[in-house]
Amino acid sequence: MAMREGKTFRYSNASILSYASVAGKIESEGPYGDEFDEIIEDNKGGTETFEQAEGLFQQKALQHAMDKAELTADQTDLVFAGDLLNQCTSSSYGLKDLYIPFLGIFGACSTFAEGLLLAGAMVNAGYVDNAAAVTSSHFSSAERQFRFPLNYGGVRTPTAQWTATASGAAIVSAAQKPPFIRAATVGKIEDMGISDLNNMGAAMAGAAYDTILRHFRHMGTSPESYDLIITGDLGQVGTDMLCELFKRDGIDIEKKHKDCGLLLYDREKQDVHAGGSGCGCSAAMMCGHFLKHVENGDLKRILYAATGALMSPTMVQQGGNIPGISHAVEITFN
Amino acid sequence: MDIFMEYFWAFLIGGLLCAVGQILIDLTKLTPARILTSYVVAGVILGAIGIYEPLIELAGGGATVPLTGFGSLLSKGVREAVDQYGLLGAFMGGFTSAAVGISAAIFFGLIAALIFKPGTKINE
Amino acid sequence: MNISNQEYGELAKRVSPPSSMTKTIPMAFVIGGAICVLGEALLNMYQALGFDRDNAGALTSMTLIFLSALLTGLKLYDRIAQFAGAGTLVPITGFANSVVSPALDFKTEGFVLGLGAKMFTIAGPVIVYGISASIIYGIIYYIFKVLNGYV
Repeated sequence: MAMREGKTFRYSNASILSYASVAGKIESEGPYGDEFDEIIEDNKGGTETFEQAEGLFQQKALQHAMDKAELTADQTDLVFAGDLLNQCTSSSYGLKDLYIPFLGIFGACSTFAEGLLLAGAMVNAGYVDNAAAVTSSHFSSAERQFRFPLNYGGVRTPTAQWTATASGAAIVSAAQKPPFIRAATVGKIEDMGISDLNNMGAAMAGAAYDTILRHFRHMGTSPESYDLIITGDLGQVGTDMLCELFKRDGIDIEKKHKDCGLLLYDREKQDVHAGGSGCGCSAAMMCGHFLKHVENGDLKRILYAATGALMSPTMVQQGGNIPGISHAVEITFN
Repeated sequence: MDIFMEYFWAFLIGGLLCAVGQILIDLTKLTPARILTSYVVAGVILGAIGIYEPLIELAGGGATVPLTGFGSLLSKGVREAVDQYGLLGAFMGGFTSAAVGISAAIFFGLIAALIFKPGTKINE
Repeated sequence: MNISNQEYGELAKRVSPPSSMTKTIPMAFVIGGAICVLGEALLNMYQALGFDRDNAGALTSMTLIFLSALLTGLKLYDRIAQFAGAGTLVPITGFANSVVSPALDFKTEGFVLGLGAKMFTIAGPVIVYGISASIIYGIIYYIFKVLNGYV
């Protein structure tokens, strides 16, 4: 059984059996474009609407992961799924035809880490033989819900982030082979007083700092203990802030730190402002890139701290702030 | 007026009104919808106190094309309607003068929405 | 957290890149000015065709709104707006774009509750406050006339 240590869970018997990613056209043109399992060039994926397309992304990502694990939908015991849309639209509609026992989750862009830590916990506890975690985001469906109509000439500020059109899925089972899930820290909701809808990175950096720091403390580790510390999608602004926050404590995280939002796109060539974001961004980067390198041993120990802005347009219009959250999952080769 | 000067003033005044909007966006984080609203209301006020008419005389399209021009058109319509119909005119003039603009936006908007497919932004 | 929200806010402000105003403002000026010059040219054209000044003005607005609707449908207006900023927002074409883009976008939710109902999600406030301001002005203007004995 897992042991609890403060708010950090330790897993003794959970590993990632398979993982897969699906990405859109501009994500395929980014630096990691050829690492995704499937590229869907048409941003409607042959469906009628962007919302349906996002569901398709999620379904395909999970299907690829199940294929790699040689599992059928019947043999998959449980799925944790989430996205950015109201009512977890893409998850519910995208996965409904698979008939896998389903738990919808929401943690904004941190959802993939939330899914991984929950799937790991269910497997580790012995309730299920395997559990999947899948998340997605879609630029156009997010834009429609959170910002403006797609063809509206509203200006994006330099701090705004670009919602990734992508999905990632991982299937967790009892410990067999790397990557192993070793520990996880559940984030707390941190309201840092940021209310600018176009500056999510700033809203989330505080939460990432808090979670990562607590994880270090509970595990007795420091940045040097890890090959990489990967944050979800803080973007440029959030990344700078995270490094600054650690610097105040005399901790240098900069050398070990990577941010999925800064990796997914080529910010020199692609006009994505402060970087990528969305549940699909870090899910696709983890499942497309980083997990491979843990599996083959290039990376021995990583800390994946996905970050989410728990933003409600209604609350922001009512004068509220944007609370942030970050969940950390420690993944190892040994 | 010399034709060159006419276009020069249209460019200068129109450009300045837009530049002010850009300064507001960059410095105050006002959302686009708020800028549009403030411009129209500002146009109504400037038209009401008689500042905007001379600007239209000077700059033509440079003053009528920005949304402040739309606002001044509303105030002009109201003034004329009150002159003609009394107090009732206050409730008539605005829509009368804005009729063409609003109707055109609704109708062409409908046609465009029917013909074209919803699509995505740059990059995609 | 070992940092106050105020301190955190200052840090956020420090690391957030500002809009490069040396680029945005000239772009807004030039493109906004160019749209106004087009308006002026249309105004002259319609007057040359024999319309009086008021009708030529109305036709100019109509033409600009038509062009904006067309460019929005072709997905070009928002591309230009990425560079033009307020230059494409402030002219009447920006108003038209704010009407056409939600109509187009919400077509997938149906013709009545989608296209029809959402058409004025952005431009609605412009009409609400513009018309209300004009009514207030009309009432003040009427009172002014009564007090001065014109009525």
